[in-house]
Amino acid sequence: MHALATHALRLGDDALILGQRLSEWCGHAPALEIDLSLANIALDCVGQATHFLALAGALEGQGRDADRLAFHRDVMDFTNCLLVEQPNGDFAQTIARQFFFAHYQHLLFERMQAVQDERFAAIAAKAVKETAYHAKLAGEWVIRLGDGTEESRARMERGLDWMWRFTGELFAMDEIDSAAIDAGAGVDKAALHPLWDARIGAVLAEAGLAPPAPHRPVLGGRIGRHSEHLGHLISDMQFLQRAYPGATW
Amino acid sequence: MMNSLSRKDWMPEAYRKTLVRQMSQHAHSEIVGMLPEGNWITRAPNLRRKAILLAKVQDEGGHGLYLYAAAETLGTSRDEMIEALHSGKAKYSTIFNYPTLTWADIGAIGWLVDGAAIMNQVPLQRTSYGPYARAMVRICKEESFHQRQGYEIMMHLAAGAAEQKRMAQDALNRWWQPSLMMFGPPDDQSPNTEQSMRWRIKRDTNDALRQKFVDITVPQAEAIGLTVPDPELKWNEARGSYDFGAVDWEEFKAVVKGQGPVAKERMAARVKAWEEGAWVRDAARAHAAKRAAAKQAAE
Repeated sequence: MHALATHALRLGDDALILGQRLSEWCGHAPALEIDLSLANIALDCVGQATHFLALAGALEGQGRDADRLAFHRDVMDFTNCLLVEQPNGDFAQTIARQFFFAHYQHLLFERMQAVQDERFAAIAAKAVKETAYHAKLAGEWVIRLGDGTEESRARMERGLDWMWRFTGELFAMDEIDSAAIDAGAGVDKAALHPLWDARIGAVLAEAGLAPPAPHRPVLGGRIGRHSEHLGHLISDMQFLQRAYPGATW
Repeated sequence: MMNSLSRKDWMPEAYRKTLVRQMSQHAHSEIVGMLPEGNWITRAPNLRRKAILLAKVQDEGGHGLYLYAAAETLGTSRDEMIEALHSGKAKYSTIFNYPTLTWADIGAIGWLVDGAAIMNQVPLQRTSYGPYARAMVRICKEESFHQRQGYEIMMHLAAGAAEQKRMAQDALNRWWQPSLMMFGPPDDQSPNTEQSMRWRIKRDTNDALRQKFVDITVPQAEAIGLTVPDPELKWNEARGSYDFGAVDWEEFKAVVKGQGPVAKERMAARVKAWEEGAWVRDAARAHAAKRAAAKQAAE
């Protein structure tokens, strides 16, 4: 696959897998208002995935559209980061994942909306408004849970700790990222890391929470080496397309 | 609105109780109704269908929220209403106690269940209690979009491969009778209809709405080549309506009593979400109280 196509695919896969995870909450959240906001974020993610995967398919030039890419690849061809495929766990664990990811995505899209390649810039310009809301909402919950009760604080700490080892991967750069930057479509993710640390740190301080202990980054998602969780997620997601090959819906 | 009551108006106690019963029952139906459709969000067959279904289920949650808020204007809190649902004291629509087995069930729910719901709900836009009527105006707009997307799913399946058409027909076979039951018991056995009509909470009888639903839905099934599962279904020229076979009211009564095929699963899912979310709601309240105290101290 062309480097730019892979670049688009990674962005699309991140959104697709996170949207899939968040939609598992639908009807089961701790309160009706939370149910609505998680569904809202999931819906934004599915929209972003549709745009980026369609772009990936167009850049690849093999006739694969967004659905073909979402529903007809196996686990080793998914390029999402490991963070988004992590199970929902309890609400605190879901919020920890959302908090880390939305701040990363927001920083990324803030810069990507100004890249030279208009196709990437246009999707980022739309998505950046959504991610601002996602980051705000997740941050507010980190504060509520961190400051709320003893139990919520303990759960929030556990959630942050569970997800922390997957945050290093968000900022890892490889040859695809360099090629995307050279082509005027990418962002220097490594440069976002200190900014992300500062934003995360400010919210954690307000919540009265300490940042989790350092952990060696767990890597592999970008090259198709995933956790055991992803296979189950995609077998569920792709069920109809696999069971009825060639059918349209 | 002409001749409608607001929450500050005097109203008979029985009128207030009937309204709280009906509005909370409606709100509960929206919330429990998220479950059968939510069952298919992660398995929706393509990205467009996934986005539409997510948006639809989210709309239902939103409807639940306005309806709880409208019912709260009558002095019962949302927590009390939810408590009544979980203890089995409050009812919700029997239709959601049937399982969604295939993707076609998502089409059938939109087409038939939302179609029947619209017929029950359109007259409620003119119901005598203002906050309920206003909530219904907004809800009806969204329901008609839901109905169309459901029919579109069925249309697509019915025109698809043989196995997709089979899936569509099977869904219609399973959802037809339960949909007819959504209009409630026959008029001569409906305990609440007469009083509710007099109070103008309800504007049409159960049987009249059921007939209207059959008359509108049968040609829609024919148009996409599906067969309504009723051997007695026949156009009656003299009445200008379809005659149709008897509804299984024994089944209806059993489902109302909580003996629907997946009634236990539905309630277990709601109670689980509520109990497992208690620490989150407690945390939000504790945080809000700390904030309020800090603000007061600063002033």
